[in-house]
Amino acid sequence: MESIFSLVLAKANYAVYIILMMVGLYAMIAKNNLIKKIVGMTIFQTAIILFYVSIGYKRGATIPILEHHASPETVAHGAEKMAAHAMDAVDVAHYINPLPHVLMLTAIVVGVATLGVALALAIKVYNTYGTVEEDEINQQLRSG
Amino acid sequence: MTRHLPALIIVIPLLAALFTAGSGWINQKAPFRIAVAALFLSFICAVLMLIQVVTTGIAMEYRMAGWAGPMGIVYIIDHLSALVLVVITAVSTLNLVAQKKSIRTEFNDKEGAFNALYILFTAGLIGMTATGDAFNLYVLLEIVSLSGYALIGLGNSRAPLASLNYLFLGTIGATFYLLGVGYLYIATGTLNMAELAIIIPQNMESGLILFAFIICLTGLFVKMAMFPVHGWLPEAYSQATSVSAGLIAPLTTKVTVYIMIRICMTVFTPEYTFGHLDISGFIVLLAIVTIVFGSLSALAQKNVKKMLTYIIIAEVGYMVGGFFLGNRLGISGAILHIINDAAMTLALFLAAGIFIWKTGGESRSDLKGLFAKMPFTMAGFVLAGLSVVGVPPTCGFFSKWYLISGGIQAGNFLFVAALIFSSLVNAVLFFRLFEIAFFEPFADADSHGSSHGSHTHVGALTIKEAPLGMLIPFLIASLTLIVLGLYSGTIVTNIIQFAIPTGVI
Repeated sequence: MESIFSLVLAKANYAVYIILMMVGLYAMIAKNNLIKKIVGMTIFQTAIILFYVSIGYKRGATIPILEHHASPETVAHGAEKMAAHAMDAVDVAHYINPLPHVLMLTAIVVGVATLGVALALAIKVYNTYGTVEEDEINQQLRSG
Repeated sequence: MTRHLPALIIVIPLLAALFTAGSGWINQKAPFRIAVAALFLSFICAVLMLIQVVTTGIAMEYRMAGWAGPMGIVYIIDHLSALVLVVITAVSTLNLVAQKKSIRTEFNDKEGAFNALYILFTAGLIGMTATGDAFNLYVLLEIVSLSGYALIGLGNSRAPLASLNYLFLGTIGATFYLLGVGYLYIATGTLNMAELAIIIPQNMESGLILFAFIICLTGLFVKMAMFPVHGWLPEAYSQATSVSAGLIAPLTTKVTVYIMIRICMTVFTPEYTFGHLDISGFIVLLAIVTIVFGSLSALAQKNVKKMLTYIIIAEVGYMVGGFFLGNRLGISGAILHIINDAAMTLALFLAAGIFIWKTGGESRSDLKGLFAKMPFTMAGFVLAGLSVVGVPPTCGFFSKWYLISGGIQAGNFLFVAALIFSSLVNAVLFFRLFEIAFFEPFADADSHGSSHGSHTHVGALTIKEAPLGMLIPFLIASLTLIVLGLYSGTIVTNIIQFAIPTGVI
């Protein structure tokens, strides 16, 4: 029992993203209201973003910006010295992996654009049928 | 100059999309002209690259902003991607030129926006084909999808709902692909396709890689409308306007199949996909179900455009099934069919566009007597129909030949049977249309007006041959089917042969 608990705790980020993903997927499949479906879609995409962000994280590590401690003397010593100093300071274990985070900047932009297109389409649907409930729209489609 | 072609082919349409959107305010004719010029330049780039790759035999590599290998994004133009690039740019240019008049009537004040979306869609497809980076592929996939949703949403009054449903499923598909790429990154630490192909064969037993493979493939199956997840396609494609359908229908599913082939062959390597994993049989079975289902559903449709969309689903089954046969003949057939099917679908949708433009109806009965009224259009349509059925010397015959030989070599006779069944159904479908168009007399103005009340925007008596601006590109598209058929041997021995890794027998 203990081992299962610690396993879940160690991989909590995966558990959370899968739960969120399923919440989003459920809303997209089961909800009747188009806006709720769009919200579900956003949750679904956010789950993946959380997944990516969490895989880049490292315990006790810092943001991947090189620290120079730019005291007056290092500046005076010129650029070569500073470069050498920076080379010394780089120890990958101290920095989180920035790549997944950078990727997610793009994915967030994609998500926002998708949300925008989805809402625009929902407005057009509303203008056509006067409702965003799927069963009412289907009723109108069948009768008309 | 030639060194920069892989970048130019995508930069030209992207910049043009920017200018097109604004140019509509200055001059009403400018957006269309810019769009045609940009797409045609891309087409020239694609042809030049294909010539260079075929003559030198070496893949071109372009480093974006000069960053090499795994750090930067590289664009790789090899035999396969050069071929698909030519197809994409040719189809896109031809369709835009052919549908000039219907763009004018359907988007009179939104021409700038429409043309910008059109170019963006093509630019995304070009990028997807050329890129050598798994995450870059996702971004371009979403560019294609987003402009595709907008293009479909611009259709008739039912289009926004169809487009929204497509958006939901398309987002699930793309997000699954993104998740798969995430797991690949965890397992390998790289997103560069060439490097992935080196690392994956060393870790064949990894569960992470298996999971990544399955999730990526599931996402792509949603995008290409394989059987259980095909529901969005017929509705979305048949509600779109003629010009959007003529762009999206020939290209989206075909390029997604290309992406699947790229992922399975270049990223996961054939040893992993066919040798290590034991799922080819299952996927071929899925493809068989897709073929049979698509053909039977097409048989049930009265609406011509909807019938064509179900044929597209069946054709997706051909290509996926042929690829997962896992032998050289089957894969050659699948790749050849990407080209042929793009050309056939373009011709069919251009024909449908002309019918709708001329008669205003989309139903089978609207074709009555059209052979007498527009002989050239109908000749082209017959050619396209015969090609889908698979009658030599049209190109449809040759790719089917490869697919069937591949099926026989793999001993998968169910797949062979499904292909033949689907060809027979296609014969029924098209000869039924030919019969209506050839033998049934043209409905006179009164009965036509009463039976199709609202949507006769051209008087029935005035129907004659389509305007030359539409007819010439359409006839080029249909004659291409014969040219592709006659030169299919050359295409296979000079290009496709080199696109398949030597490990595949």
